[in-house]
Amino acid sequence: MTYLDANATQPLRPEARAAVLAALALTGNPSSVHAAGRAARRVLETAREAVAARFGAAPADLVFTSGGTEANALAIHALGAGLRLIVGATEHDAVRAAAPGAAVLPVDGHGVADLDALARLLREGPALVCLMLANNETGTLQPVREAAALCRAAGARLHVDAVQAAGRIGVDLRDLGADSLALSGHKLGGPQGAGALLLAPGHTLAPLIAGGGQERGRRGGTPALPAIAGLAAAAAQTAPPLAPHAALAPLRDAAEQAALAAGAIVIGAGAPRLPNTTCLALPGVRADTQVIALDLAGIQVSAGAACSSGKVARSHVLAAMGLDALAGEAIRVSLPWNAAAADIAAFAAAYQAMAARLSRRAA
Amino acid sequence: MRVLVAMSGGVDSSAVAGLLAEAGHEVIGVTLQLYDHGAATGRKGACCAGQDIHDARRVADHLGIPHYVIDAEARFRAAVMADFADSYATGETPVPCVRCNQSVKFTDLVQLAADLGAERLATGHYVRRLDGPDGAELHRAADPARDQSWFLFATTRAQLARSLFPLGGMPDKAAVRAQAERLGLPVAAKPDSQDLCFVPTGGYADILGKLRPDALAPGEIVTEDGQVLGRHDGVGRYTVGQARRLGTAAQADGERRVVVALHPDSRRVVVGPPAGGSRDVHLREVNWLVPPAPFSCTVKLRAREDPHPAEVIPTETGALVRLATPARAAPGQACVWYDGDRVLGGGFIRAA
Repeated sequence: MTYLDANATQPLRPEARAAVLAALALTGNPSSVHAAGRAARRVLETAREAVAARFGAAPADLVFTSGGTEANALAIHALGAGLRLIVGATEHDAVRAAAPGAAVLPVDGHGVADLDALARLLREGPALVCLMLANNETGTLQPVREAAALCRAAGARLHVDAVQAAGRIGVDLRDLGADSLALSGHKLGGPQGAGALLLAPGHTLAPLIAGGGQERGRRGGTPALPAIAGLAAAAAQTAPPLAPHAALAPLRDAAEQAALAAGAIVIGAGAPRLPNTTCLALPGVRADTQVIALDLAGIQVSAGAACSSGKVARSHVLAAMGLDALAGEAIRVSLPWNAAAADIAAFAAAYQAMAARLSRRAA
Repeated sequence: MRVLVAMSGGVDSSAVAGLLAEAGHEVIGVTLQLYDHGAATGRKGACCAGQDIHDARRVADHLGIPHYVIDAEARFRAAVMADFADSYATGETPVPCVRCNQSVKFTDLVQLAADLGAERLATGHYVRRLDGPDGAELHRAADPARDQSWFLFATTRAQLARSLFPLGGMPDKAAVRAQAERLGLPVAAKPDSQDLCFVPTGGYADILGKLRPDALAPGEIVTEDGQVLGRHDGVGRYTVGQARRLGTAAQADGERRVVVALHPDSRRVVVGPPAGGSRDVHLREVNWLVPPAPFSCTVKLRAREDPHPAEVIPTETGALVRLATPARAAPGQACVWYDGDRVLGGGFIRAA
């Protein structure tokens, strides 16, 4: 089996696994006053400090959540209250669904947000802008720093969904100049079940879930300590020089070359991209057929945004890029942190065999 | 061999997947998503997939076979729903299950099977596929109460060659349920599905009203010579041969009346005596499962009726069926030809 669907979820890093197991062995609620509670609290705050430092925020400005979806929803709920919402056309559903009725910031054919359009939209009054750092389907990077400067100048706020970017390229909230940034533990190689919202100094947050006032009143509910400890341990492993960010790029490029030789089109290749992601269209062949054929050959990739039914829905990301014809014919190959040359060789062989069989039929 | 199984989430196709897996085949389960279940039931926030896809996945999990959901919504809308709505608006009575079988299922899934390197597509239909001297033949199921051959008449010989119908020889439904139970399938006790699959809330009139509101516009019920006998609430609710929904017009001069024609333009439902009709039935979109030539056989003009003796004659646009005795054929329905249990072909009934 060859796993090339890191953008869905990463394999668990061994350091994260060790941290999860250690936290599971603790009895204690971080809110309790006794020794067991203090021990749990120590794990939580150590994790908070590590993750905040890793991604450029003060520990007091980091709210642990259940994952990236909740972190995005919390940011939009709290920072967007009373403001117009402007959302990038290729944002993840975690953002789109939390911002109904938002104005859409268009992208170009490579998936890059149109900053002139942003400047125009910002003239219409106070707003919260949501712009992802890296796209989940194509890996396209957005000009977030430039967008942040525009927002600052216009008195607008900027929330950044960094779920796919964190741990794969340099991500630093202070450096980006944004107001908030969402992370997901399992996209870093931690376990599923924890994420974080990082805030620029000075922001207060009204909670989505008030509960017992945990996370300084910004997110109620007992924190998922094992998942949070795993998130922090995984994040630490993604810091250069431990994990040089560009290390996966040569493997990704090799996979891409193999696909190109088989007749594929690389989507978004004209823009800066994540080093681990490539979006490959095979003209005339349905994306779901490609995903199934590769799965039956032991290669695990995905297409579009899988709905909870498992149905492969048409990609709104590719449609926003003006690639309607290819929107139903593209798959996403995303290399996990532990991808090896053998994985790429297996992918190349399976892809070329599939393309030879199906492209001939489509022609 | 590698077999693609079309799994609906019901007991029949689940049993097919289970029996083939048990026999040692490499089984790949697929479920077609034909419509957005959340939208179809009008429940905001309801899952787009519905319970049947969930059930199919649980059966596949139980069997340890891969399972995939195929988005067939656009194809289903174009090939089945549009025809369904348009037929009513032209005074015909569509057979959406035949349209679905001949497009989404036996064209697209047979192709998908080939694309995935599967030798066969297996379904839970109650028909038998037998190997004859000239290739694959389509035959009635062993259980006459369950036989679905009428709904599969449009399956081509090439499609039949690549199909498997493991339930065709089952003595009855109870035997299938017993197999599902023996295999421990979680759907063994699931009730049979009813009516049209894309009308999860019941009455198809709701769907029709959305797609073609004109088909549900009220109008007159008249005799063949134009005498007005009553009112109706939409030609889309009537089929040639139908006796229900006629109110007082169902009886005239002590004689029973049935629908004999539908005129959507004038929104008139025409009634007449149940006997009568025509000996000649013209067919379009004919599927020949034997070489096209005149022959005698029996035909069925409806899914559930006894076969009529008839003669089939190929024509330039399809086929002419000459019945031994006149009958009321409903335009849009299928006329399927049989030699005993074997299906020889069939077509869609054209308006006279």
